[in-house]
Amino acid sequence: MNAGTLALAALGLPFCSFVLLAVALPLRRAGRAAGALSIAAIGGSLLASLVLWRTLPGESVELTWTWLPAEGGPMATVGILVDHLTASMLVLVALVSFLVQLYSLGYLEHETPPALGRYYAYHSLFAFSMLGLVLASNFLQMFIFWELVGLCSYLLIGFWYTKPEAARAAVKAFWVTKAGDLGFIIGIVLLWGQAGTFQFSRLFQMAGDRTLPTAGLALIMFLIYLGAVGKSAQFPLHVWLPDAMEGPTPVSALIHAATMVAAGVYLVSRVYPLFLLTPDVLALIGWVGAFTALLAATLGLVQADIKRVLAYSTVSQLGFMMAALGAGASDAGFFHLLTHGLFKALLFLGAGAVIHAVGTNDIWQMGRLARAMPQTMIVFLVGTLALAGIWPFAGFFSKDAVLAGVWEGGLAIPFLMLALSVFLTAFYMFRVVFVVFFGPRHAEGHAHDAPPVMAAPLWILAVLTVGWGIGLATRGGGEKAHGPEWVPWLATALAVAGIGFAWLTYQKRVVTPETLARAFAPVYTAAVGKFWLDDLYGGLYRSTLLGFSRLVGWVDRYLVDGLVNLASAWTLRWGDGLRRIQTGRAQDYLYGIAFGLLLVIVWGYWR
Amino acid sequence: MGWNGLPILTLITWAPFVGAVLIMFTARHHPLAVRLIGAVTTGISLVLSVAVYLAYDTEAAGFQFYEKIPLVPALGISYEVAVDGIGLILVLLTAIIIFSGVFASWTVQTRSQEFYALLLVLVTGVFGVFVSLDLFVFFLFYELAVLPMYLLIGIWGSSAQVRPRGIFGWAMRETGVGSKEYAAMKLTLYLLLGSAFILVGILALYMAAGGSSFSFLELEGAAFDPVLQRWVFLLFYVGFGVLAGIWPLHTWSPDGHASAPTAVSMLHAGVLMKLGAYGIVRLGMGLLPEGTHDWVWLVGTIATINIVYGALSAMAQTDLKYVIAYSSVSHMGIVLLGAATLTEAGLNGSVFQMFAHGIMTGLFFALVGLVYEKAHSREIFKMGGFGRMMPGIATAFTLGGLSSLGLPATSGFVAEFLTFLGAWRSAHSWWLFPAVAGTFLTAVYVLRVVKQIFWGEIPAHGEFHDLPDARGPEWVALGLLMFVIVLFGMVPWIAVYPIDTATVPLLIRLGIRP
Repeated sequence: MNAGTLALAALGLPFCSFVLLAVALPLRRAGRAAGALSIAAIGGSLLASLVLWRTLPGESVELTWTWLPAEGGPMATVGILVDHLTASMLVLVALVSFLVQLYSLGYLEHETPPALGRYYAYHSLFAFSMLGLVLASNFLQMFIFWELVGLCSYLLIGFWYTKPEAARAAVKAFWVTKAGDLGFIIGIVLLWGQAGTFQFSRLFQMAGDRTLPTAGLALIMFLIYLGAVGKSAQFPLHVWLPDAMEGPTPVSALIHAATMVAAGVYLVSRVYPLFLLTPDVLALIGWVGAFTALLAATLGLVQADIKRVLAYSTVSQLGFMMAALGAGASDAGFFHLLTHGLFKALLFLGAGAVIHAVGTNDIWQMGRLARAMPQTMIVFLVGTLALAGIWPFAGFFSKDAVLAGVWEGGLAIPFLMLALSVFLTAFYMFRVVFVVFFGPRHAEGHAHDAPPVMAAPLWILAVLTVGWGIGLATRGGGEKAHGPEWVPWLATALAVAGIGFAWLTYQKRVVTPETLARAFAPVYTAAVGKFWLDDLYGGLYRSTLLGFSRLVGWVDRYLVDGLVNLASAWTLRWGDGLRRIQTGRAQDYLYGIAFGLLLVIVWGYWR
Repeated sequence: MGWNGLPILTLITWAPFVGAVLIMFTARHHPLAVRLIGAVTTGISLVLSVAVYLAYDTEAAGFQFYEKIPLVPALGISYEVAVDGIGLILVLLTAIIIFSGVFASWTVQTRSQEFYALLLVLVTGVFGVFVSLDLFVFFLFYELAVLPMYLLIGIWGSSAQVRPRGIFGWAMRETGVGSKEYAAMKLTLYLLLGSAFILVGILALYMAAGGSSFSFLELEGAAFDPVLQRWVFLLFYVGFGVLAGIWPLHTWSPDGHASAPTAVSMLHAGVLMKLGAYGIVRLGMGLLPEGTHDWVWLVGTIATINIVYGALSAMAQTDLKYVIAYSSVSHMGIVLLGAATLTEAGLNGSVFQMFAHGIMTGLFFALVGLVYEKAHSREIFKMGGFGRMMPGIATAFTLGGLSSLGLPATSGFVAEFLTFLGAWRSAHSWWLFPAVAGTFLTAVYVLRVVKQIFWGEIPAHGEFHDLPDARGPEWVALGLLMFVIVLFGMVPWIAVYPIDTATVPLLIRLGIRP
């Protein structure tokens, strides 16, 4: 099979599964059967993606069909574009989707069959949308699938829709990402106005031979980047991601850690040749990314909910990727996307196993789980070490590449922010590890390791995280790092310092968390208050948007429509008044006739 | 004549009328027979509309399935029907909406035979407008489509709660704001006012062209004086614009749509408002190229007001039917904005939105009718947690909402996106920004309503217990409309190909395309 067919197969299988689950009601209501179908479909996609990845031809493969026809050639097409970027992303998406769907069979075993069927229908739709996003060959198609993954995110955050917090979080996620997408779609329209095409290959060609008009291009690329800001939870639109943790944990692992939130990073990597034309926008991306990384890391320090710690660490790591892209190290950013996808999915699924066992998200109600859940402890530790960037885990190499890239790109202050984030990352992750697995015991009942259907995905991800890292280590530290010699040493030193500090604070209690909170009082207060961004947006929404809408509604009802009613009421009154002329008495009419006659005579006389 | 000798457009147009006559004379006191006649006759229209849609030759383009019967040769009046790419898709829209409307109002209790008869007469009028090439007959059909509305709302409608307030409070009390009689009267008077403008416009063109023919095809060939064009375009814009819900002449629409019974709201917001937009595009832009150029700045600017103002007003409503009614005001802005851009993308988007919005709002009003019928409430903030009791209705409502906020893979996205492209390429590129802002505002109010009604907990006051989901015949309506939304969203070219064959010649006539 050639590359195009394989890609289409990978894309088509989840779509067929979704359509079947959406239309065939008995199948969907059967619950586990629906799950089996969805898992089989994504398994097929994974297989196709792997084959495609192994047999990738040298140059990119592109297939297109007309989507919006117009006089003299299509206005917009749909199609697929396969190159090495697409292929590795395809494998990541299909692999994590497959493992998460498998894991969900165990995690959601207590759901009713119709709810489970709905869950897998959404998952199939998500897999289709995400693969479609990855394969997109033009901006319009990218946007289409971009919005569809947003829809799936909305539906899956709100999976437990009777929970008010889940309902609120789902809507919030949709609105905040939609706000970024306004920029995205305006950017696409403006770019079309500039270049007359949505096609990536045509645009790259134009960028290559300098026929793309550069006037206003910076604005356009900035607007397109806004879409990525929303989806990849960059400051100041990161506020939806922590709340999105209201969804089931496997959903957080798949959509809100490994794949969908990385779509923004993927978008920037995908159209990197265009961003290269606008160095100012790239620099902005780098700064915002580094700032996001640091901000989210400080937020991660003060969370008590294990999923929220992981959520903020996702925001932070997305900042790392964006910083690398902004500094010109697009390979490093994308590399970090791939490794992060694996180990963050691992961490979330591990956290899911813990939550499944103890029935709470609060780390202070867990403790000493290392003995009760040794397997979970091991895999979680693997993920944590990878996230902290310890040699020889995969995260070490990608994080090193990012740091080196940012340093080489000349962004000194963002580099410092990222370095500080490395320290904080290790600190807050090991805070979780010590409190949950080694700290004093708080949990009631008997926690135990996850059943095989959940354990298997955990072990696969853990083995991949370690194996990939060791593979890179044996091949000489990975050819991707080009930076100065001292960068990996610095990164490792910072990470180890973070781990040690967490050990002193949360295990040995040499420093108490309260002392730290007092020492860093301003930062601590700000982090607890989430830097007041949620309050700001909430206030803007309630006072400005809803207030303004009430004003417009009032104006419409009582002024615009009031005028209409005024005309009507006047007509009625005049009619009422004129009616009185019709008295019904003959003498009144005679007076009228006489008066009229008089007028006529007088008029005739004067004329 | 027609299609292989079959007068297919005449059959589509008059089948519901025959149904109405049959209902009045044969099916009295047989409720099921009434519904079956309604379903069969509108079903015939639907099947034939699909046949016309499939048989339309996009290579040949232009007006097809032509039929002509002289009526008053002395005045140049004849029964002359045909469809081009625009008429084609609007005929299909009408057929889909009325067919689902018949099923959505399956449970109407009072005087159902009169209800169905009037509904079917009305629909004949709508079909007639979309297929007529003779302006005199066009106008007759137009009035036929407007007048039954008065009875349908006045008799089968429902009243809303509106408190008279503000500086015009006394006027509102005096006119009886909120009652169904008020809504029916307001709607009828408004639309008749509009049709007076249209009639003057049609007669002016008829006289200016020599007074020998009302045929669109012949008037199209006449070169009208630019000054005349300027004024007649304004007449058409205001006259048809009332029906299309242009700001500030839109206030009949929320009251009318909120008071009307389900099938009437579906038909009115779904199809009749399109009739106004169709009139502006077909007669205004088709016959008066220079008048068009004089006034597009106004048409487009008011359209952007419609989009933003309608969305904000919808956000402020607490009555579910009013939310949907105001969303129509907002979405009709997209239709007129697309047309005003005078670009290929924009015009295609405009016609596509006529179709997309018709289906979407038809679905919405069907659902609101169902929710009201089961919960006996339209107050959004009293409802909650309905998704658990009526998952089918919740799914359909969400899909309608997604199309409304322009989510890709629904037909709403295609229409909006084409309009955006057109707006940016038009002479007034700033139109793009209010249009895009409108999609965000729509996302806010639609998802807010979905969350409030279908998500969360069921309110504790116990008013809503064990509400049933949609059933049998109702699913025919919902299923058909949902299918069409997704189909045209995923494979839009099936509509864009025929539409494009009609909009490109229009642009050539307007002197924009060589």
